[in-house]
Amino acid sequence: MGEKLAKTIILTSAFLSIAALMGVSVMLFKEGIPFFLRVSPLDFLLGGSWHPTYNPPEFGILPIVIGTIVVTFGALLVGIPLGLASATYLAFFAPLSLREVLKPILEILACIPSVVYGFFGMVILGPLIIKLFSVSVGLNAFNASLVLGIMIVPLVTSTAEDAMSLVPYDLLEASYALGATKWRTIVYVVVPTAWPGILSSILLGMGRAIGETMTVLMVAGGAASIPRSIFDPVRTMTATIAAEMGEAPFRSLHYHALFAIGAILFLITVLLNFVAERFAKRMIFQ
Amino acid sequence: MSRFVKVLAVALMVLLIAGGLWAASKSIQVIGSTTVFPIAQACAERFMDINKDVNISVKGGGSGVGIAALLDGTCDIAISSRPMKVEEINKGKERGVNPVAHVIALDGIAIVVHPSNPLEGLTVEQVRNIYSGKINNWKEVGGRDMKIVVVSRDSASGTYEAFHELVLKKEKLRDDAMLLASNRAVATTIAQTEGAIGYIGLGYLSPSVKSLKIDGVMPSKETVINKSYKLARSLYMYTNGEPKGLLKSFIDFVLSPEGQKIVEEQGFVPVK
Repeated sequence: MGEKLAKTIILTSAFLSIAALMGVSVMLFKEGIPFFLRVSPLDFLLGGSWHPTYNPPEFGILPIVIGTIVVTFGALLVGIPLGLASATYLAFFAPLSLREVLKPILEILACIPSVVYGFFGMVILGPLIIKLFSVSVGLNAFNASLVLGIMIVPLVTSTAEDAMSLVPYDLLEASYALGATKWRTIVYVVVPTAWPGILSSILLGMGRAIGETMTVLMVAGGAASIPRSIFDPVRTMTATIAAEMGEAPFRSLHYHALFAIGAILFLITVLLNFVAERFAKRMIFQ
Repeated sequence: MSRFVKVLAVALMVLLIAGGLWAASKSIQVIGSTTVFPIAQACAERFMDINKDVNISVKGGGSGVGIAALLDGTCDIAISSRPMKVEEINKGKERGVNPVAHVIALDGIAIVVHPSNPLEGLTVEQVRNIYSGKINNWKEVGGRDMKIVVVSRDSASGTYEAFHELVLKKEKLRDDAMLLASNRAVATTIAQTEGAIGYIGLGYLSPSVKSLKIDGVMPSKETVINKSYKLARSLYMYTNGEPKGLLKSFIDFVLSPEGQKIVEEQGFVPVK
């Protein structure tokens, strides 16, 4: 009786998450597709100005897509080297006692709510950037890249460290037996073997950076124009949806346009996760 | 046995909750503007604390949604950040609805700059030209030779809506205007950025930013009430006919000193 109940509960919860995912995708496309019946996808993707509440409205998301790309790659430039370096350190160099301190700290870093990161970027990093680089605005693509980069470090570190620790010990010993130093072993044995896992950690970090909303809404500055430098304020796709959904009249063109942005974002993140998953699987079967 | 007790307890709780809802059968439906929403919500909560048997539900959706609901007879009070349009009033007449306006609060917008900015004031037209992209440097309006960093709000905010209506009119906001998600965020950014200009609700003014005179008038509670400050508007509650009974006591509560204190707490200007 008890076992049956437990089984049912577990089955239901597993099914619920699948149902939720299905629900989300159906909803996104159902509400997003009507937009393309009235605005051509080309005008949408390549249009240079986003003025959804004007008369007549303009729905060009190119500046927003470019803003998203700039911030995401900036975050990867900051977060990937930091993440991979700390993963290598944790997997091969850190003494056991230190490792036991560092891992929980990284996990705490992963648990900090994004609004706290955003606050940090706005209040501390913003004025610092104005002073250090003598630019006119502190809330810009550079600020967002830095903060997002730090946010993805824990994810990248833990995924990459898992992959590196999974490298069979025989391989390492064989390498040491041939007289290779630890560093050579890492570069020529560990990295090639763990490469699929490392790549999947990078892709997961990228997915996190693209999807992050609150932080970029707070620190990226939010200008919907194509940035000329990394010190220009930018707006991302997620921030646009978050900022405008509240007042877009139900089932209006603006509302459908926001869902269309959501659908595009959804496709990007699903694709990234799918590719990351494939790499991670290949790793296990090796 | 213990399971039986649990089932009984759950059943009892459900009954109690349902009973509670049943008892609060005297209810008011409020729908409309997201700007007025926080005032209506806070007033409703305080009113329900005093009158335990009353249930007031407040929903957002926008001024237009609220007015449409009032004309359809699906709400008791429409909250709106703009006066009703002529077409809406005519539509109401056709359906036998006679909307009555109650001004419950005033909403003033201050134009703010960094405290180090020597400029004292601007005209509404200058502000409009700055926000539409025709003016790019402070020296064009008699200030220092410095690039203007234009800070705006997300289009979902009531402050943006008011700014749009009172300053921008039909002009398009410049593309490179920064978009921030709250009055607080705008104030923080202006305080940090020397060349910045922004707009915030009167309730959010602080010494860390400098507010400008608009057409020669300094924004304050007094200048908003006596209508000499131009960047201000009224916020409304609409009822069908003169309110009676419970509706009347709720509207009276909003206009009472206690209700007007709530208006002030929410960052708006009281009517009296």
